[in-house]
Amino acid sequence: MGVAIAAPDLEPAPRRHWRHRVNFLPYALITPSVAVIAGILAFPLGMLGWLSLQNYGLRELIAHQGEWVGLDNYTTILKDPLFHQVVIRSLLFTLTCVALTIFLSTLISLLLLKVRSAIRVLIASALVFVWATPVVVTVDIWQWMFDYEFGVINYLLTQLHFGNYIHHNWFDNPVQGLAVIALIVVWGAIPFVTITLFAGLLQVPGDIVDAARVDGANAWQSFWHVTVPILKPILLIVTCLSTIWDFGVFNQIYIMLNQRPSSDYFVIAIYSYRESFGVTKYGLGATIAVVMVLILLAVTFFYVRETLEVADVQKEQMA
Amino acid sequence: MIAPGTAPPGTAYQEIRLERVETGARKRPRFELRQPAGQLAFDATGVVVAAVMLFPIYWMVATAFKPGRDILSLTPKWFPDPFTVQNFQDAIARPYFLEDVRNSLIVVAAMLAISLAVAFLAAVGVARFGFKGRTAFLIMIIGVQLVPLNSLIIPLYLMLDGVGQTDALPGVIAIYLAVVLPFMVWTLRGFVANIPVELEEAAMIDGCTRVGAFFRITFPLVGPGLVATAVFGFIQAWNEYIIAYVLLSSPGNQTLTVWLASFTTNHGPEWGPLMAAATLTGLPVVAFFLIVQRYLAGGLTAGAVKG
Repeated sequence: MGVAIAAPDLEPAPRRHWRHRVNFLPYALITPSVAVIAGILAFPLGMLGWLSLQNYGLRELIAHQGEWVGLDNYTTILKDPLFHQVVIRSLLFTLTCVALTIFLSTLISLLLLKVRSAIRVLIASALVFVWATPVVVTVDIWQWMFDYEFGVINYLLTQLHFGNYIHHNWFDNPVQGLAVIALIVVWGAIPFVTITLFAGLLQVPGDIVDAARVDGANAWQSFWHVTVPILKPILLIVTCLSTIWDFGVFNQIYIMLNQRPSSDYFVIAIYSYRESFGVTKYGLGATIAVVMVLILLAVTFFYVRETLEVADVQKEQMA
Repeated sequence: MIAPGTAPPGTAYQEIRLERVETGARKRPRFELRQPAGQLAFDATGVVVAAVMLFPIYWMVATAFKPGRDILSLTPKWFPDPFTVQNFQDAIARPYFLEDVRNSLIVVAAMLAISLAVAFLAAVGVARFGFKGRTAFLIMIIGVQLVPLNSLIIPLYLMLDGVGQTDALPGVIAIYLAVVLPFMVWTLRGFVANIPVELEEAAMIDGCTRVGAFFRITFPLVGPGLVATAVFGFIQAWNEYIIAYVLLSSPGNQTLTVWLASFTTNHGPEWGPLMAAATLTGLPVVAFFLIVQRYLAGGLTAGAVKG
């Protein structure tokens, strides 16, 4: 039980002298939290794994009794061509959204350093507004803006001579439709990532950048060789978090398509939902959810490792 | 269980606060270009960025105040002129709007009351005491946040179905409680740990009991932390959609986001009332944000947002 385990604790260890007198008190204090987390998060997670090994449909739901089928559900989905499509589509969608989010957020956070303070407050307020708006609300707004008949986007694109977009339905073509949805996801993700990155940029010591400039580095070189390495832990964290969120996207697609997405729009969260609640194959839906968690685990592995390293560094700095 | 936009525990997020944004504004000259022309170009780009980010929200509000014939016009009107509140009256008069507002308020209030109390106890436990299993507890708090909520819907549904709580608010409250709790414990723990034990000890030397010292000294100082985590919890619960959608099936039992999401499906795209309803749904969150912002003094991004 060494450094790595203790790493998430960013403070110096609490005072020892309390420990000898009251031993049961801290356990009493954390018991309610442990009970809630174990009962409502940990137990369902175990149940998810168990369900994925069952044939669990409407009849089993009524009987509260599943039928054990071993790994049959896994063989079923691995042979299912639709599932392959869904996984590939989800991965491509996630990659696009994450790349755009990180790229645009980095640009905006760099811009925040350069603008005068009144403009910075303006941008920060805009970001906070977007951030605070519920996702369901944002999806409704974009649905209206992309309306094929009276939407302001079609009007603007036509007026700006990007082509004739009058009565253009963006959702006829799934590639265009998913591009619109990616736009919504990225727009909604930019505030959090930008403000996080900006906070990270403020921690980049100015004299190091100045030194790089004195040594003849141009703006790009000093950004790439000085700022990015210092920003790396934060960049990694926001990248991995964005991956988790974008891989699990559900609301934006489901609501945008009026709760009836066609199979061309299935990403993994939609597919799992459709299999379980649409066609009441809860076992199969659980299997898809397990695969989703496993794919994400592969990604979050790096996130956790990086987090522990960041915590270690901070601990050293505090010591 | 990570909610989108939530700062994860165990990262450097305690360090990232809006106050730093202001600090940065004052001592900016780090990467600064001195040429006025360059400065002007940056400022202009900044205005464009802010406008692009804000435009959808402006468009929602503008549409909500336009009369129907101006909304369904092939050449959009950029400002609501003439101005009407008819859409808001329409939206409020829709079936189940008021019931679902009430449901949302009940869910958020109940969840906040319970979660703040439970999280605060655990935060004091891990911030003030060293005990066996403390590290394991902290790792659990971080670990559970990495599981996407979407994946747990099926077992949660079956669990609540087993105890006959699927179309009822307590089930939803319990799930939201579990969703926000790990983050709350982590954030509050930081706030409690930042208050020196010496302050309590000084009060005890002056004659306070330990409990008295805690409630007179530490508790008031944790106030901003409680506000920050409450904001976080409020936004998470108010904005949540999929859990409520799956669990709450009858229209009178749903929350506001579920009502709003099914607006188009139930009524066809009536954009005016829809945008008015969307404005009303978003309003409490933004208002809550603005009201508590000055009490936060940082911790705004530590208790991050977006559901």
